[in-house]
Amino acid sequence: MDTGWFGGLSVLGIQVKCFHEIITIGYRVYRSYDLPWFRTLSWYFLLCVNYFFYGETVADYFATFVQREEQLQFLIRYHRFISFALYLAGFCMFVLSLVKKHYRLQFYMFAWTHVTLLITVTQSHLVIQNLFEGMIWFLVPISSVICNDITAYLFGFFFGRTPLIKLSPKKTWEGFIGGFFSTVVFGFIAAYMLSKYQYFVCPVEYRSDVNSFVTECEPSELFQLQSYSLPPFLKAVLRRETVSLYPFQIHSIALSTFASLIGPFGGFFASGFKRAFKIKDFANTIPGHGGIMDRFDCQYLMATFVHVYITSFIRYFSIFKKCFIR
Amino acid sequence: MTELRQRAVREPDAPPEDKELESEVKVDGETASDTESRAEAVPLSTSADDTPEVLNRALSNLSSRWKNWWVRGILTLAMIAFFFIIIYLGPMVLMIIVMCVQIKCFHEIITIGYNVYHSYDLPWFRTLSWYFLLCVNYFFYGETVTDYFFTLVQREEPLRILSKYHRFISFTLYLIGFCMFVLSLVKKHYRLQFYMFGWTHVTLLIVVTQSHLVIHNLFEGMIWFIVPISCVICNDIMAYMFGFFFGRTPLIKLSPKKTWEGFIGGFFATVVFGLLLSYVMSGYRCFVCPVEYNNDTNSFTVDCEPSDLFRLQEYNIPEVIRSVIGLTTVWMYPFQIHSIALSTFASLIGPFGGFFASGFKRAFKIKDFANTIPGHGGIMDRFDCQYLMATFVNVYIASFIRGPNPSKLIQQFLTLRPDQQLHIFNTLRSHLADKGMLTAGTEDE
Repeated sequence: MDTGWFGGLSVLGIQVKCFHEIITIGYRVYRSYDLPWFRTLSWYFLLCVNYFFYGETVADYFATFVQREEQLQFLIRYHRFISFALYLAGFCMFVLSLVKKHYRLQFYMFAWTHVTLLITVTQSHLVIQNLFEGMIWFLVPISSVICNDITAYLFGFFFGRTPLIKLSPKKTWEGFIGGFFSTVVFGFIAAYMLSKYQYFVCPVEYRSDVNSFVTECEPSELFQLQSYSLPPFLKAVLRRETVSLYPFQIHSIALSTFASLIGPFGGFFASGFKRAFKIKDFANTIPGHGGIMDRFDCQYLMATFVHVYITSFIRYFSIFKKCFIR
Repeated sequence: MTELRQRAVREPDAPPEDKELESEVKVDGETASDTESRAEAVPLSTSADDTPEVLNRALSNLSSRWKNWWVRGILTLAMIAFFFIIIYLGPMVLMIIVMCVQIKCFHEIITIGYNVYHSYDLPWFRTLSWYFLLCVNYFFYGETVTDYFFTLVQREEPLRILSKYHRFISFTLYLIGFCMFVLSLVKKHYRLQFYMFGWTHVTLLIVVTQSHLVIHNLFEGMIWFIVPISCVICNDIMAYMFGFFFGRTPLIKLSPKKTWEGFIGGFFATVVFGLLLSYVMSGYRCFVCPVEYNNDTNSFTVDCEPSDLFRLQEYNIPEVIRSVIGLTTVWMYPFQIHSIALSTFASLIGPFGGFFASGFKRAFKIKDFANTIPGHGGIMDRFDCQYLMATFVNVYIASFIRGPNPSKLIQQFLTLRPDQQLHIFNTLRSHLADKGMLTAGTEDE
């Protein structure tokens, strides 16, 4: 079962690339090529924050594995202290690197780095936490956002007339609304198809005996077919009394709604950012599409929403898992 | 749009490069350096003398240099006295004071941002910045209230729902602010608006997280609040004194008044001060016990059996010091050993917070963050060294002192459904059986 490793590493790779793209824009904007400390310090801070977050994740999910190794136990136990000490070292290096004529520039780059870290690194770790909850919580939201992007574009292309927002002149209300309905339907169907398989539905766990990730479990009630009685007007249309649905499909409606209505604001934010700094695309990594950030700008709010959704409405055991396993 | 181009009143010795940027209309093709140069001069040359009248009259017969020294000295004593008073008033007042300090610091930094970017006429910004402050505070206070006031929250229906869906509600509120920001983007001011957005978020990151860590430390026991803050204040004062009397070698270009003699003297003085202060405070329950909310009396109580950290223990003195002091063992509180770590941090790393703030002030060409305290500047000026200290104490407690809280676990356990409780009970039973803590016949049901 290599999907766990593959997923984790891809997310890390994407996060590093997004960070690199945004930092490069910062360098260009502030012309700070000749402050060599800045590249070093920015990457150092990226490393520190990732170390902190990955350490917390490892401590949670690999608890049995960690208990066996002595050095790892020490690292886990004093994890916060070590992360903080590493961060402080970077902070002190920043203060010592302040050069007389470049104070303002250096503070701007410091702030730019921190805001970028806040955006990219926290999102990517929420994505990984969602992934560990069950791959369906990773696949359905991301595909809903992608579906919304594509269907909004198609609806806009064929029926688009009324502009939506000045920031993105190509977006139209017809695209927006058409995309919303198609995404809800798509999410509903995708949730139905994926809910059948244990592979997607079970939390990802690390089994020490086989030394790999497994997704095997008794699917929770969220993923067991239940009968719902249809409201009267649908009864007439479909000519059935009840319908068998997975409860997860109801949740998927909430996820798709968010993806279609609020997700685009992430895209508008990125458009505004590009206009503010007079760049056409974040980078030129993907031909025809721009950089990695261009593809992931709408996902950015989605990951946080899914995480907050899971902790508020779905998951009861998180606190206990942490406390008991330690 | 021309209002944005208005140059602020400049001090006579402003650097010459400001003058060459009088040229108007560079909206398209403007680069960051242009925006920054245009936003350079900040009009913070307020009246030279803003000390209260009463002080002015009392000190009228001194020369201006000594007068400044006296003003600073009197205000220092006043602030220390204020500190003692609020400690005496108890945890609730402390929390409120921390909140006020946080709001004032946020206000000071945001005002600097406005001055730097001349963004007075983007009215959404004030609203949005304060709105984000409210959201983030709501989130943090909600988490604190849920943790510490658990039984109170469970009793009241509206509070219970608010705390159960707390994260979702906070996130929704934040999203509303985010969407308002996106909708408020105005064509010619994009960059300015993004800068202010970034500025607001970094300020929130610094100010609000620190203040909440301070409150967490406070709940751990008032001694974890008082000793670190006093060590930073002591280090400030001692380093100043040592520097004043013995100072010769400059420490860092950022702060030309700091000297190595002050730094090292302040370090030793602060460690000694920390040891003495923790010795004095460890004797009293009201400082040492975690702050808890008592449901029956509906107030905060600090009453408990002091932990091992606050019980006198005998320590063997190493050979070196034995001959000096003439004692073989000494009675100390274990907490005093920890206080050495805290004082060391306060003296060695705390000043970096001060250098950071000095660099910030030089970068944005301001003398002080504000003029709230005569002779001292703004609230941020006083709290710049504290900023790292609060995080350090919190991380220190989490790593070395505090284990998981059993009573909190039980509270959370009781909120689950019966089938979930049964599941946990079974997991717990097999876990304890594996560890050999449950013998065959003694399984307490």
